[in-house]
Amino acid sequence: MAAANEGGATARPAISLRGVVKRFGPVTAVDGLDLEVPAGICLGLLGPNGAGKSTTMRMLTAQAIADEGEIEVLGFRLPQESKQARAECGVVPQLDNLDVELSCRQILTVFARLYRVPRDERPAAVARALRIANLSERADTRVDLLSGGMRRRLLIARGLVHQPRVVLLDEPTVGLDPQVRQELWSLIAALRAGGTTVLMSTHYIEEAERLADTVAVMAKGRVVARGRPTDLVREHAGEATHEVYGPPARLEALRAQGEEAGWTMRRSGPALAILHAERHDGALPEGFRRAATLEDAFVVLTGEETE
Amino acid sequence: MTASEAVTAVRSRTRRRMRRIEAPAVLGVMSREATIFGRYWRTTTFSAVVEPTIYLLAFGFGFGALVTSIGGLDYKQYVGTGIVATAVLFSSAFPGMYGTFIKYRFQRTYDAFLAAPVDVDEIVTAEMLWTGLRAGVYGNAPLLVAIAFGLTPRWTALLVPLICFLTGVGFVGFGVAVAATAKSIDNFNYIQSGVLTPLFLIAGTFFPVSSFPPAIRLLAQFNPLFHCVQLVRHAVLGLHPLADLGHLGALLLFAGLMWRLAIWRMRVRLID
Repeated sequence: MAAANEGGATARPAISLRGVVKRFGPVTAVDGLDLEVPAGICLGLLGPNGAGKSTTMRMLTAQAIADEGEIEVLGFRLPQESKQARAECGVVPQLDNLDVELSCRQILTVFARLYRVPRDERPAAVARALRIANLSERADTRVDLLSGGMRRRLLIARGLVHQPRVVLLDEPTVGLDPQVRQELWSLIAALRAGGTTVLMSTHYIEEAERLADTVAVMAKGRVVARGRPTDLVREHAGEATHEVYGPPARLEALRAQGEEAGWTMRRSGPALAILHAERHDGALPEGFRRAATLEDAFVVLTGEETE
Repeated sequence: MTASEAVTAVRSRTRRRMRRIEAPAVLGVMSREATIFGRYWRTTTFSAVVEPTIYLLAFGFGFGALVTSIGGLDYKQYVGTGIVATAVLFSSAFPGMYGTFIKYRFQRTYDAFLAAPVDVDEIVTAEMLWTGLRAGVYGNAPLLVAIAFGLTPRWTALLVPLICFLTGVGFVGFGVAVAATAKSIDNFNYIQSGVLTPLFLIAGTFFPVSSFPPAIRLLAQFNPLFHCVQLVRHAVLGLHPLADLGHLGALLLFAGLMWRLAIWRMRVRLID
């Protein structure tokens, strides 16, 4: 896939971070991060709030400068050559920063200019981005008259107006209703299918599972595991998860028993989930068995429950 | 040219090393401002023109009934030329402060720019040039009113838009630096009352600086508005070449210093 995207021109990763550290006063937000994103894949950066995902995304556009380590995007060293890198990247921020007084077309035209799309090619570039985001019929509608989902799609269109080689998506569907989320997932899947390198930060397990070729799990400012979602599940959560429901006191007693027996456990809503259940056949109390999920692996890796 | 060839062409252009300040980025940010301005020009123009005009009429005809001339100039001519600096101040420092604060804090507009190939230097330069241009236009409003009331300018009055632009650029930079430094919008009150009002009053707009004690006369020499007032007055009523070169130099220095200060403060604010 990478070779197809790059025309075999380079085997160098699209994004590379080595030993990156970023501190904010006494807080170390990113703590020795190593991450490579090969060209042409969608990598999901999965982690709980505060894991350092957004800081990492900001460092990739030089809006945050690393205190230590090396960052390269498309072969450009950051922060020195960040402007060249940004010319070939599209960024979709977590927070809506659209100009509400402008129309979709006006916004995209301004950004086509900022991305150095030549004047005579701008109308076609804007029309193309509107088409991708399914906003052609709303081209001349002011942003403050668009729905939340349309605004998100416009944010994506803005990041794609110059046909970037790399797209950075920071929590692309946070706070959106399920239907809009599905629309955006289709849009992102189409990008990946078209060979664009996508780095997507998310704290939604399902999003990472659906869209990412590879998932890097981040916790406390570093990558704690990386792999295809199915491999991560198998490695860290096993094949099956056994869920036991009951009153809190019983679950507490079971937890104590499990700790003695060396089970890997997590609270899963009102149940106690025992991971790697296939290893403990016959030793487990009555409950429900289900296939292990990426969520199970995520909780084991980060120590935090998901939303 | 096919679509993929066009993309390749764009890439080969961006492969070159990009300069710290590039015209396409500055013009791109200005085009955003111009597009927004297309929606608000009526209200902006109304306040930028009406406010100094009211000052002009109130002082020119009100105070002018008591004072007929200052330094050999008819008082209406004196105020008509002086009030230009007030119009420039109103249409540059205030948009620089409030506009910038709203854009970076509430609308996060600058975050959007910085994710594109645009640097802080270019954002600040574009803001200063765009609002400076507006000040270069609006600064002429009171002069036109004064002309309508009988002021006869010399041909050198054609330099007034340039003087207004240069002064405006400096005051936008000042406003941007204040906005980037202020913790909240309320902090602007300190600047308005503690800095801008004194600058406005010791600029020689309504009464000559020479009527102040020596210490304040000396301070006036550091007031860009004073140099703007002097230059405008001389451009309209007769140049004093040597002195005016000094005034011009002061305005250039002010604009240059404010440009660097605004970039520095904004970089501290926007880049973690």
